[in-house]
Amino acid sequence: MGTQALIRFEDVEKVFQVRRKAGRLRRERHEVRAVDGISFEVPRGEMVGYIGPNGAGKSTSVKMLTGILMPSAGRVTVAGIDPSRERLRLARRIGVVFGQRTTLWWDLPLRDSYELVRRMYRVPDARYRANLDRCVELLDLADLLDVPVRQLSLGQRMRGDIAAALLPDPEVLYLDEPTIGLDVISKAKVRDFLREVNAEHGTTVLLTTHDLTDIEQLCRRVMVIDHGRLVYDGGLAGLHAIGDSERVLVVDFDRELPPVEVDGVRSVRVEGPRQWLRFPASASAAPLVARLAARYPLVDLSVREPAIEDVIGRMCAGSQGL
Amino acid sequence: MGEVSYAPETEAVGTDAGPYAARWPLRDRLREAVAGCRAYLLIAGMWSRSTLTYRVSFLMTVVGNACMTALDFVTIAIIFGHTRTLGGFTLAETAFLYGSSGVAIGLADLLLGSLDGLGRRVRDGTVDALLVRPVPIFAQVAADRFALRRLGRLTQAAVVLVWSLIRLHVAWTPGRALLLPVMAVSGAAIFGAFYTAGAALQFRAGDAAEVQSSFTHGGGTMTQYPPTLFARELVRGAVFVVPVAFVNWMPALWILGRPEPLGLPGWTGWLSPAVALAVCALAGLAWRAGLRSYRSTGS
Ligand SMILES: Nc1ncnc2c1ncn2[C@@H]1O[C@H](COP(=O)(O)OP(=O)(O)OP(=O)(O)O)[C@@H](O)[C@H]1O
Ligand SMILES: [Mg+2]
Repeated sequence: MGTQALIRFEDVEKVFQVRRKAGRLRRERHEVRAVDGISFEVPRGEMVGYIGPNGAGKSTSVKMLTGILMPSAGRVTVAGIDPSRERLRLARRIGVVFGQRTTLWWDLPLRDSYELVRRMYRVPDARYRANLDRCVELLDLADLLDVPVRQLSLGQRMRGDIAAALLPDPEVLYLDEPTIGLDVISKAKVRDFLREVNAEHGTTVLLTTHDLTDIEQLCRRVMVIDHGRLVYDGGLAGLHAIGDSERVLVVDFDRELPPVEVDGVRSVRVEGPRQWLRFPASASAAPLVARLAARYPLVDLSVREPAIEDVIGRMCAGSQGL
Repeated sequence: MGEVSYAPETEAVGTDAGPYAARWPLRDRLREAVAGCRAYLLIAGMWSRSTLTYRVSFLMTVVGNACMTALDFVTIAIIFGHTRTLGGFTLAETAFLYGSSGVAIGLADLLLGSLDGLGRRVRDGTVDALLVRPVPIFAQVAADRFALRRLGRLTQAAVVLVWSLIRLHVAWTPGRALLLPVMAVSGAAIFGAFYTAGAALQFRAGDAAEVQSSFTHGGGTMTQYPPTLFARELVRGAVFVVPVAFVNWMPALWILGRPEPLGLPGWTGWLSPAVALAVCALAGLAWRAGLRSYRSTGS
């Protein structure tokens, strides 16, 4: 294994013992295997997407990467450090954003929170100035600095949180749903900002999200997990291939017709003169259109690309046996 | 408390010794303690500054706080309006007990009172945010919302203590004079240990704050009065089980030159710092165990 890997997961498992009511007095113990044997490596400077359906084990993985939780089995290494053993030592070198809740001081204004961050992480003055100025500019925080965190809106708070995580120049940045609740403009700002941080400082980023546009715009590599297992690890483009996805040709005829029968396409839906025809994503659309036009009175048509959501949805639905 | 082991501990959370910690357990421990104190001062300072921005409202809460606790002492004063002694103790002596107990609990409350908030944080999942910062979580929780207004209680108790010192007829030997500050610090440490142990419980049971407050408030109220007022069994419990007797009773009785109600030798008054150290060590272990058992929340 290369010394390049900054983050390493080796057969990591996390099992939660939970007690559930069973009957009136009896309580039943059972296990939740939140992370069930995941291995991967992330080299320094990479930006990876870590995605999967609700309850897949993404947040649990992030908590093990930060040392909040200890793995039940396997080994986690970040920058050569075992996070749960040397949590404090590692903390200085990582940044974390939990989209669901703030890491800032609820009752203090943003400015004071940042000041505390500066002193806790012992950020040199000049660096701090430069980083703060850049965050304020790129994340549009100028008007928010004197507002107590509890008065910020979800999207404003999130931007505040991202800035706080980046002030100490972390080597690794974990983002657990950082674009949750952001409007379109803020999302674009946050994405641009992250891209720049990654490009300029070589910050390694692990990004968890349910907005796949984040992934498409930021990450060349994605890991898909489901039921605590890694079901895909590779390029974004490869996802389509592996998910044997199909594209859809939407055609309008000049009148209602029975479902068309042409080689290579399948009519999946008919609505008056409009029909939806599925064909393999790898096939070229042009010859299909030519064949259709030769046999049917075509008025209009459009091609729909497979949504990445669908691909992942299909992958996770069929993952039970993997 | 039987299964407590004194094996060398490390700073790391939830695990046995890391490679570095194993070689220098003490040095690492010290380093973390220093880092913790620094973080405490940092956070407490930030909170103080932000409360002091509203000077008037701050002063009003401090005064209000002092008045509230002063009512306690008024009760005692009223009792002495009807009788010359309380359980064989004069007003000045009772005030001495009241003041020393109040100073101890006031100090502990000022410095560690915020530990109560841990349960809420465990429930709403914000403990995670503390765990990703590079300073010990104990310091962060203890300094959270650091409330200078708690000075009110401390000041009131200190005033009563000073007043009692003026009125007492005690032959001040160097030993007695030395035991006085030792008693205050030990007492504060004992209550601080209760706060810490109570908070440690909250890692598992988010609503365990009441357990802690019944110990501190019960102990605090009890030690404000002469031990002779209480049943022998209760005093015995305060000496041997929940050692609040060492907050002030034992050392104070020695300073006042009075016999110890259980017939223990006088030098037991000097055991306070040792008892304080022991309960702090136990509380520290409890904290560590609590933190180790922390499992975060599901979201
Ligand atoms: N502290 C905990 N105690 C018990 N079970 C937990 C705990 N944390 C997580 N789980 C369980 O582990 C599983 C994985 O949870 P996790 O939060 O990692 O999912 P996730 O991938 O982040 O999902 P989401 O997209 O909804 O955020 C879930 O079934 C959850 O119920
Ligand atoms: Mg999650």
